[in-house]
Amino acid sequence: MKEPIIGRSINRVGGLPRVLGTQVYVADVKLPNMLHAKLVHLDCTHARIRGIDVSEALKVEGVRAVLTAEDLPKPVPRFGPAYQDRPLLAVGTTQFQGEPVAIVAAESEHAAAVGASRVKVDYEELPAICSVAQALDPAAELVQDPELRADGPFKNTNVMDEWIFGWGDVDSCRAEEVIEENYVFPIVTQFAIEPFTFLAEPTMDGITVYSAIQIPYGLQRTIAAVLNLPLSRVRIIAPDPGGAFGGKQHPKFEPLLAYIALHLGRPLRLELTLEESFQAVRRASAEVRVRSGFRSDGTLVFQDIESNYLIGAYADIAGRVVSKASYVAAGPYRVPNVRIVARAIFSHTTPSTAFRGFGAPQENWAVESQLDAIALKLGMDRIAIRLKNLPKKGEVFMPEDPPADGDWAEALRRAAEAVGWGTPLPKGRGRGIAMGLKAGPTTAASYSIVRLHLDGSVTVYSGTSDMGQGARTVFTQIISEELGIPADRIVVTMGDTGAVPFDLQTSASRSTVVMGSAIVKACDDIKRQLKDLAAECYGVRAEAIQVSPGAVHLPEGDRSFLELLKDRFGRVKGEVIGVGSARYEYLKGHPLGGQPAFYEVVAVGAEVEVDRETGETGVHKLVVVGDVGKAINPQHVSMQDEGAAIQALGHSLMEHYVMDSSGRVLNLGALDYRIPTTKDVPERFVSIHIENADGPGPYGAKGVAEGGILATAPAIGGAVEEAIGVRIRDLPLTPERIWSALNTRKERG
Amino acid sequence: MKNMTENTIKITVTVNGQPHRLEVDAHETLLEMIRNRLDLTGTKKCCGEGECGACTVILDGRAVNSCIILAAEADGGEVLTIEGLAEEGKPGALQQAFLDKGAVQCGFCTPGMIMAAHYLLENNPHPTEEEIREGLSGNLCRCTGYGKIVEAVQAAAAAAGEAEK
Repeated sequence: MKEPIIGRSINRVGGLPRVLGTQVYVADVKLPNMLHAKLVHLDCTHARIRGIDVSEALKVEGVRAVLTAEDLPKPVPRFGPAYQDRPLLAVGTTQFQGEPVAIVAAESEHAAAVGASRVKVDYEELPAICSVAQALDPAAELVQDPELRADGPFKNTNVMDEWIFGWGDVDSCRAEEVIEENYVFPIVTQFAIEPFTFLAEPTMDGITVYSAIQIPYGLQRTIAAVLNLPLSRVRIIAPDPGGAFGGKQHPKFEPLLAYIALHLGRPLRLELTLEESFQAVRRASAEVRVRSGFRSDGTLVFQDIESNYLIGAYADIAGRVVSKASYVAAGPYRVPNVRIVARAIFSHTTPSTAFRGFGAPQENWAVESQLDAIALKLGMDRIAIRLKNLPKKGEVFMPEDPPADGDWAEALRRAAEAVGWGTPLPKGRGRGIAMGLKAGPTTAASYSIVRLHLDGSVTVYSGTSDMGQGARTVFTQIISEELGIPADRIVVTMGDTGAVPFDLQTSASRSTVVMGSAIVKACDDIKRQLKDLAAECYGVRAEAIQVSPGAVHLPEGDRSFLELLKDRFGRVKGEVIGVGSARYEYLKGHPLGGQPAFYEVVAVGAEVEVDRETGETGVHKLVVVGDVGKAINPQHVSMQDEGAAIQALGHSLMEHYVMDSSGRVLNLGALDYRIPTTKDVPERFVSIHIENADGPGPYGAKGVAEGGILATAPAIGGAVEEAIGVRIRDLPLTPERIWSALNTRKERG
Repeated sequence: MKNMTENTIKITVTVNGQPHRLEVDAHETLLEMIRNRLDLTGTKKCCGEGECGACTVILDGRAVNSCIILAAEADGGEVLTIEGLAEEGKPGALQQAFLDKGAVQCGFCTPGMIMAAHYLLENNPHPTEEEIREGLSGNLCRCTGYGKIVEAVQAAAAAAGEAEK
């Protein structure tokens, strides 16, 4: 029998052009007669703009236009995924470092750059709010004009919003022991290797915008609103992103570019430098206070968690990040009493946005580190305390949500075993273990069209964005399984609102589950139609016909799809078009607007060695065990685990924005902002999949793209603690921090 | 003021075996020349400061960051880009190993990574794992976590070793 396609590690669909160098990314798109744009920004965060003199810039040969907020419609159009707060260009003040005050359009990139350097901005630098403490000071300036905000109790504060979740009664329950600690997660940036590039082109129909955006239909809505065009006149072409990690979910400078391209009547291209890309997207930092009550046997009695997230100057999607992550902050545990207070706090910094894990790594760092602290206090094993509190599969652990949807204890045991828990360690080494939980998508709308062509090949249309996670590959495997068509006869079309049907978004590790289900339904639609066609064509009652992948079964014998299409369509030809959709509706009254479709749960084990002289940490072994339901392509699942875990290694050991007292980021760019290289990664990485086919996606799959980033930091933190005997609660665990911790202890000791 | 764009230099450069006579701008980088004049967009731009390796090409037998070399400096030189590695449109052994081992995700770092690995294997056909990690340490990848890239280079080296026998 042929090896099944589901569960097989076929090579990446779309991999070939990537190794040949022929894959077209957005920066490779050239449009005839296009102009090049360059943004003008100030070397500070928060400033009052007194005046902008563009006269010298306009004299540069090749410069065609220089626009400031003065040249835009009044009021200056604003946009944003939560509410419309972000202006196309800075109006009156700059609110964060990198916010553009003008844009230059020229015949060449060089002329645009020269032009931008000649724009003279008269400005006064203002004191900036760059920390939670500064923002919450009652005397603090308001970062955001209250006029931009909806009415509410926080309108006249720097708190964008506050969420209070929980169950049970934290104040009156009885715990034998209580500990309280504060944990800090830094500002880090997505650092997709592909910096942002955008193009906008006026067309006969309206406008076409090119962006490596994760949510083409979201960008379409934004452009349509800013330009006051119907959706049908806005076409978004979204080439596969060169890495996104959440940073390419929401519009950045596309609305500005679209406006100016229409204004000038010419295509316009803007390529951001890596430094500018660092100023465009980042993860919210968080200060998390955890007060935990427990019994002497390690049973958790309550978790009282207060999280203050420092978001940027505009809301972007930060509110959703804070609420969705904090809602599950107590983690994958049975905790009878929980109180969660979470705040999104404005500051004069880059707007924080989605970043793989969507706030969960911040909460997991705190709560998993706290479990280690409880274990230490009780003299308990760190695995044992977790096992004690993990719910069994099917057990309700959050009252308003689905029960535990996997065997999480098994994941923990497998991670412990793979990392060698309990075996002797050489001196200077330590091991750590942590669980991670993230809520999957709560609402969704994915539509897919599958066309079965006359020769039995297939084109599928999907609004999912393949940013490296391998959506094309998984979709190809699903169609191959459902229709019995070889993978090399299937083409997945994505990234063009002029071609693909609506998809809500590529986010929350949803695409295998949600778009995958839509594709299965589209294949079912095709099979239904084939049955009817066979009935018509061969004069057989439809009920007497069975359809299996690749063939229709008639009482008198089987016909392949190919034979049926030929027999039925003949000389006039034709095709079969299947349509499928999958929706998760908004659930009124649920704190998140819907129950998570699944929980993304991992167990991570780490073994590290700390150099006591330098404070440097080397990771010997990293193990990620994901509860994945079904690995449609095991190699791809391992690739997600490894990539996510190493991204987490970055925020665990080295990555953070370093700011001066006025909020200027001092380490913009690849030279000063270190991410893991081949020399930083573990000697051994192990990815283990727990597969019980218990997910809501096709074949029991769950989403898998974020698990590895959820629990790596606390596992490494625990390992470092075991190695050096000190717990550090501020990430990243840089050599300086470890060295200081060791030496402070010595002095005390 | 003299227009900067009039400040050009005539060069002769061979790219992927194809000779070109070009008039390049004085400030034009080798990367810009490759991408914009020759339309070889396989070579990628990321950091623009020689730190991430996305723009790695081979210039006169050395792996270089083409974003910090001026096009004029390549005058008389031979350049190999990712497009020059394919054999009759088909991936070479190293490229195939990247596919087979799952060393490609978004693919944006891949051309530079493959060129760095190509240079490594040209100069050290049987590298140890440590030597591979050292050889690729100037190339950043944000998707893979590198493990499968190292495996791909090992596999390509092993396959070349087999072929020699």
